[in-house]
Amino acid sequence: MTGDRHVDHRPGGPARSVPRPLVVAVLVGALVLTACGDTTSATPTAENTRGDRTPRGEVLVSAAASLTDAFGAIEDAFEDAHPDVDVVLNLGGSSALREQLLEGAPADVFASADPDTMAEVVDAGLADGPTTFATNGLVIAVPTGNPGALTGLDDLADDDLLVGLCAPTVPCGMFARRALDMAGVVAAVDTEEPDVRALLTKIAAGELDAGITYVTDVASSSGSVEAIDLPDGVDVVATYPVATLADAPNPTGASAFVDFVVSDRGRDLLSSAGFGPP
Amino acid sequence: MTNPTSRRASPRPPIGLLLPAAIGLALFVVPLVGLLARTPWADLLDLVTGAVVTDALRLSLVSSLGATVVSLLLGVPLAWVLARVEFPGRSLVRGLVTLPLVLPPVVGGAALLFAVGRRGLVGGPLERMTGLVLPFSTAGVVLACTFVAMPFLVITVEGALRTMDRRQEDAAATLGASRWTVLRRVTLPVIAPSLVSGLVLTWARAFGEFGATVTFAGNLQGRTQTLPLAVFVALESQRDTAVAISLVMVAVSLAVLVGLRGRWWPTS
Amino acid sequence: MTPPAPHERADRASGLDASLDLTRDDGFRLRARLAIPAGRTAALLGPNGAGKSTVVGLLAGLLALDDGHVGLAGRVLDDPTTDTFVPAASRHVGVVFQDHLLFGHLDVRDNVAFGPRSRGVPRREARERADHWLELLGLAAFAHHRPDQLSGGQAQRVALARALVTEPDLLLLDEPLSALDVTTRVSLRRTLATHLADFAGPRLLITHDPTEAFLLADEVHVLEHGRITQVGSPDEVRLRPRTPYVADLAGANLLVGEARDGIVRVTPPHGDRELHVADHDVTGPVLLTLRPTAVSVHREQPEGSQRNTWHTTVDRLERLGDRVRLRSGQPLPLTVEVTRESTGALGLAVGTPVWLAVKATEIGLQLDSPAPTIDDPAAGPTDVSG
Repeated sequence: MTGDRHVDHRPGGPARSVPRPLVVAVLVGALVLTACGDTTSATPTAENTRGDRTPRGEVLVSAAASLTDAFGAIEDAFEDAHPDVDVVLNLGGSSALREQLLEGAPADVFASADPDTMAEVVDAGLADGPTTFATNGLVIAVPTGNPGALTGLDDLADDDLLVGLCAPTVPCGMFARRALDMAGVVAAVDTEEPDVRALLTKIAAGELDAGITYVTDVASSSGSVEAIDLPDGVDVVATYPVATLADAPNPTGASAFVDFVVSDRGRDLLSSAGFGPP
Repeated sequence: MTNPTSRRASPRPPIGLLLPAAIGLALFVVPLVGLLARTPWADLLDLVTGAVVTDALRLSLVSSLGATVVSLLLGVPLAWVLARVEFPGRSLVRGLVTLPLVLPPVVGGAALLFAVGRRGLVGGPLERMTGLVLPFSTAGVVLACTFVAMPFLVITVEGALRTMDRRQEDAAATLGASRWTVLRRVTLPVIAPSLVSGLVLTWARAFGEFGATVTFAGNLQGRTQTLPLAVFVALESQRDTAVAISLVMVAVSLAVLVGLRGRWWPTS
Repeated sequence: MTPPAPHERADRASGLDASLDLTRDDGFRLRARLAIPAGRTAALLGPNGAGKSTVVGLLAGLLALDDGHVGLAGRVLDDPTTDTFVPAASRHVGVVFQDHLLFGHLDVRDNVAFGPRSRGVPRREARERADHWLELLGLAAFAHHRPDQLSGGQAQRVALARALVTEPDLLLLDEPLSALDVTTRVSLRRTLATHLADFAGPRLLITHDPTEAFLLADEVHVLEHGRITQVGSPDEVRLRPRTPYVADLAGANLLVGEARDGIVRVTPPHGDRELHVADHDVTGPVLLTLRPTAVSVHREQPEGSQRNTWHTTVDRLERLGDRVRLRSGQPLPLTVEVTRESTGALGLAVGTPVWLAVKATEIGLQLDSPAPTIDDPAAGPTDVSG
């Protein structure tokens, strides 16, 4: 009615109005998007020509997170030997990988950090003839400089220290608890990380004073983590089995990759990453 | 006024809209059905009354409500400043506030670790002065949840503050109301529906929060293991438990969202 | 502006004394002087965009002056030279807004009690005061209604109660009737007239409607382009407009009469003559408006179908730009506007006998009764044009 009705000549007058249901809708949309986690997607792999024993195409390898560095090196070496092959590594907690396989995610090779996990996949008829290819020991990992001044496994019972383990549902957590049981130590645990990489990251950042990890994890931490050996007699060894999968989209590539892992060249690479022989 | 053509049978929505609408709905419903199909109904009661689940539920409620309260106390003033105070770089600040909406929560958790972790910019001095350690504590879970969820409140409330008729506040001032009284007795009641919507969204986001929490606060039953973390860990080896916990989350979320919808959200 | 006359000075202590100077962000500059003694009603009449709402903002304390001062009831409210600025909450200026601006989340009683509560009156006493004013304004039955359950007229009455209950030093009515329909407007105008008379302090009515200004105000200030262009009594402004805007809008002839069967009997002192109007359905007391340009002037009795013709003389003649305004004599004194050319052609001068004619359709008709008798319920009252 009157053009000069608005006394609004102060800054930030009424903004253009947005209908509230619209705002809510947009926010709900954003909520849904952020709630969607990342799911590991399986890439279709190239089919090998029948009868041709030369590996080529994509080889999808599901491997335990503790194999990250070693299998990275093996991937490079294998691809050098077989230029037509593209190895794709799907790394994660062994149990999580097992769940993916049981749910039908396609893969060619499965390398697990413990025989039990592998056994479940074999029992489900998804893998044939696993081979043990490496072993791994446990250590107490502390941030470089050992700010918590730990001397041994007993110190993990100290309430004043921030101590992390892997969750008991993943192999590294299982082994760590086995080691603690052997030593008769009740650890004052502050967090149970979903996988060993997450645990190692928090130790390396100095947020945790100590945790129990694999020997190889400390070897791969490029100096941000130090190892304290477990006491004599506390002897927990993780054994790593590898197998080709029954429904491998690329069976030729899968066999060639497993053969390479258990070859002398593969052993050398595993050894330099800190793994022991089978 | 009656339009004679309006007496036809109830309008049939065009197929071009119905089909994508149905697919869109299926996107939400099918995974839920998948969850229900995997539910171990026989053991369900035992599973959801186990210590892991009840601890996680309690912690989830505490941390999501805690994050909602912190968001209310800090987010409303922030929204007010963004809506009402003109200052250089305001749009930059607004962008910063909404950043957690687009940032992967894991990155948010890592950022929190760098800032308020024991070796963080703020966290280091904080621990030396007060002995307070936020990572691996329930307070840390609340902080992580607040970080990812508060933007929902700030955006909703700021929008409401910017679109409300400010002359109502002028009218209150001429009646002798101080600025504080105006805020308390006029501004907040006027934006109350948006405020409640914002709080519900904030709570919902905090309740489902995973990435920032596991990265910043870790995972320990009874202290930092909320329902989403419990699901994630259980998924590794105890799928029945994982499914049961997921059902608990679905039930609690639906109860809250549907319960509040009729009252506070625009219906029909 | 001229300095205030000595008799006005006595009222200055309780009145409003404002000299407003403000340049808005959009470049618009308001420079206006307003002095309203206590117990008097001034109207600020101006077209859209004249700066009326800026005046409201400055007086209410929602805007601050660049220069000048605002004094009310012996208090300095705004004076940039001494860095004085009393914010709205401490001004004691009661404002009734065009769209009432009642608080939607409070019921009627708590809306009225809002002011006393804000000034620290305990809840119970604030509600008692509110009830008292609701009673006075005939709103007691609506105490527990929400604003959105009220009609426009009821809401505006509540807004008036809400302003008056705070016992302000100045009552500011910002287009209080503009948002209302015609019938409600008439009845609320009467309510306003009553309560303005009872209010002891100065009152300022902001409006773009000359009828409101003339009927409610003791003094009219005309605001155009941020400047006061004319100040005077309603009659002075109406009969001697100083600018084309005032002439066009404020200069409309306003008559009071009694309508029946399409004929309105204009009664003294407005005149003594019957006029034919287009609306045959209205019966009872009415207000007539007639634009000065709608009246034609002839030297001989005009032929044709126009039934509203009469003989009179030119009482007064004034030039206003390229136009000439004349004032006719009895039986129906009117302000009539003609071009300078026709003045010459007709040989018009003071005392010239002339015939005036006006079409029935040019006469605006508005009921002047809160409870009008309307023969045909379907027929609504005609709005005043201009």
